[in-house]
Amino acid sequence: MSSTNQADLLPALHRLQEKFGYIPDHAIAELAKAHNMAQAEVVGVIGFYHDFRRTPPGRQRLRICRAESCQAMGADALALHASTQLGVEFGATTADGEVTLEAAYCLGNCACSPAVMLDDELHGRVSAERLDAMLAEGRGV
Amino acid sequence: MTQRIFVPRDASAVSVGAERVCRTIENEARNRGLDVEIVRNGSRGLYWLEPLIEVEIDGQRIAYGPVNPEDVPGLFEAGWLQGGTHALCHGPSEEIPYLKRQTRLIFARMGVTDPLSLEDYRAHGGFKGLERALDMKAEDIVDAIDTGGLRGRGGAGFPTGIKWRTVMNAGGGQKYIVCNADEGDSGTFSDRMLMEGDPFCLIEGMIIAGLAVGADTGYIYLRSEYPDAWDVLEDAIVTATREGILGANVLGSGRGFELNLFKGAGAYVCGEETSLLESIEGKRGLVRAKPPLPALQGLFGQPTVVNNVITLASVPWILAHGGEAYKAHGSGRSRGTLPFQLAGNLKQPGLVEVAFGMTLRELLYDFGGGSASGRPIRAVQVGGPLGAYLPESRFDLPLDYEAFAAVGATVGHGGIVAFDDSVDMAKMARYAMEFCAIESCGKCTPCRIGSVRGVELLDSMLAARPQHSNDDTLLRDLCQTMLEGSLCAMGGMTPYPVLSALDHYPEDFGLSPKQEEAST
Ligand SMILES: Cc1cc2nc3c(=O)[nH]c(=O)nc-3n(C[C@H](O)[C@H](O)[C@H](O)COP(=O)(O)O)c2cc1C
Ligand code: SF4
Ligand code: FES
Repeated sequence: MSSTNQADLLPALHRLQEKFGYIPDHAIAELAKAHNMAQAEVVGVIGFYHDFRRTPPGRQRLRICRAESCQAMGADALALHASTQLGVEFGATTADGEVTLEAAYCLGNCACSPAVMLDDELHGRVSAERLDAMLAEGRGV
Repeated sequence: MTQRIFVPRDASAVSVGAERVCRTIENEARNRGLDVEIVRNGSRGLYWLEPLIEVEIDGQRIAYGPVNPEDVPGLFEAGWLQGGTHALCHGPSEEIPYLKRQTRLIFARMGVTDPLSLEDYRAHGGFKGLERALDMKAEDIVDAIDTGGLRGRGGAGFPTGIKWRTVMNAGGGQKYIVCNADEGDSGTFSDRMLMEGDPFCLIEGMIIAGLAVGADTGYIYLRSEYPDAWDVLEDAIVTATREGILGANVLGSGRGFELNLFKGAGAYVCGEETSLLESIEGKRGLVRAKPPLPALQGLFGQPTVVNNVITLASVPWILAHGGEAYKAHGSGRSRGTLPFQLAGNLKQPGLVEVAFGMTLRELLYDFGGGSASGRPIRAVQVGGPLGAYLPESRFDLPLDYEAFAAVGATVGHGGIVAFDDSVDMAKMARYAMEFCAIESCGKCTPCRIGSVRGVELLDSMLAARPQHSNDDTLLRDLCQTMLEGSLCAMGGMTPYPVLSALDHYPEDFGLSPKQEEAST
């Protein structure tokens, strides 16, 4: 955060989020100062982008593609399965803090629909069974 | 002699197990004491066969797929390194009809080369276009693009030559080349494939664009959903800089071009070019009113070319082979080829680069092989989430910008998503509105409020569907307001999928008998 230019704000936010998993409150003032912006402006930018979060995520981030190609291959059922299995709505984190469930709108894996992303790992042709296995593996079960 | 085995590193191939297959092959070969070299290529784009493994025998590549790790010992047993027969064998890759019937100009190297090998890139025609361009006047480069008839592949189909000429003539100050690699459209993945599978092609195209308009700095705005593409591009930029392709002295010409990678943050609307520029500037991605055109006042207020990945990746071929050669392909005012992306409920999804003019039916059945489920294909969405749904009666439409526009549809970025007869088109219409509500930048009311209103309307229609008493007048009025009153195509085109669903599948909306009759 050495720059004084607003144009470096998004890269800085990505770096912070990579480090903490979210943008902590205490970073807002620093960011504002470093990039010559008002704190409200920084908060406004963070709020605009779906990627940035203000609260800690689960240990794993599960993104299920809900866009058209995946819908055509059963993504709605997969999404319902994930939500039931994990006991959370989309956008929420499981009570044990393990998994944050999120919707994605196309992961560029449409030729292998339905697609999901577990952290940065892309999976294709995902069945309910495979999803369960991935989650179990992620939990070290 | 070392024998080469090709295992794709493409994210989609890896998503269905290519990495595990790669490790299994390595282990098997080691245990058997065999001398093999594994090359990590891009994907050929025959995704239903991924992981597609190729074995090189006497200079010819033989394809096997889809290969699971469990299949690997059996493949060695069958003698696949000597061309032994096996149920997963498809013969020489280049002879597979799906590939053979394509016109691979822009994707010629895709799946053939090691994406990060400059040697491979050069050996397969790389930098011929750039070398030509370095000997040409800027006007002549733009003329070549004009002659080729290249139009923007990001969605709008705007003539690239006209855009470049505007920037070229915009005085002598700082200018930028911005590559739109946001690829937000569902059903599309050609940008991702190209960046992961042939990154130097994009880099070459951007340098040529820089030479044409007088820009020495470029940005690639890459969506954050593509971490693999990020890694490949980062590597490719380092290599290209080290080898004097990027930097202060491009191929020893004395001309400079510096390239920056910029990561998006999960906003679909940032694929809209002015929203994208705001985003690079560190702001909320609010769409800018035009004018001023980005070509005149773009990034940081300077003249800027914003082009899609495939547009820029088409440039080296055109410069290497000439505008006339490119123009020789295509139909009507849609010249050249488009890498179409077959997705959704199809038996053989994948990348199909062909000249404009092929019909939807040919793509869906001759290439796609019909539906994956074996049920009839009922609807096809072309051109991403803002594209219209087309029923069977429209399958003979040639893929051509004008032919599609004439029926209220769009070719867009070339994504083709098929649905079988289990699809609920009222739900798809609701999804289109919901997507717009989630992704609207919020700048104008028809889009911001209209989409929310659209979701509510469709929810009540869905609830009342069993009574067959629905009236679509309000929904149609709302669509009209969005069409006419939105600042950009987000709100302005969301009505396309909604209205086309209403027009072609009224039976899914629970309309009153009178209305249903009127609509057919
Ligand atoms: C909501 C919205 C999203 C868009 N998303 C993309 C995108 O992801 N990639 C892209 O290349 N163009 C996208 N576009 C089109 C761009 O605004 C612009 O037309 C394009 O980048 C110009 O490049 P081209 O002429 O090479 O197509 C989008 C447009 C809108 C309205
Ligand atoms: S149409 Fe939607 S996305 Fe486009 S400027 Fe208006 S509010 Fe923003
Ligand atoms: S629509 Fe799901 S990956 Fe593209």
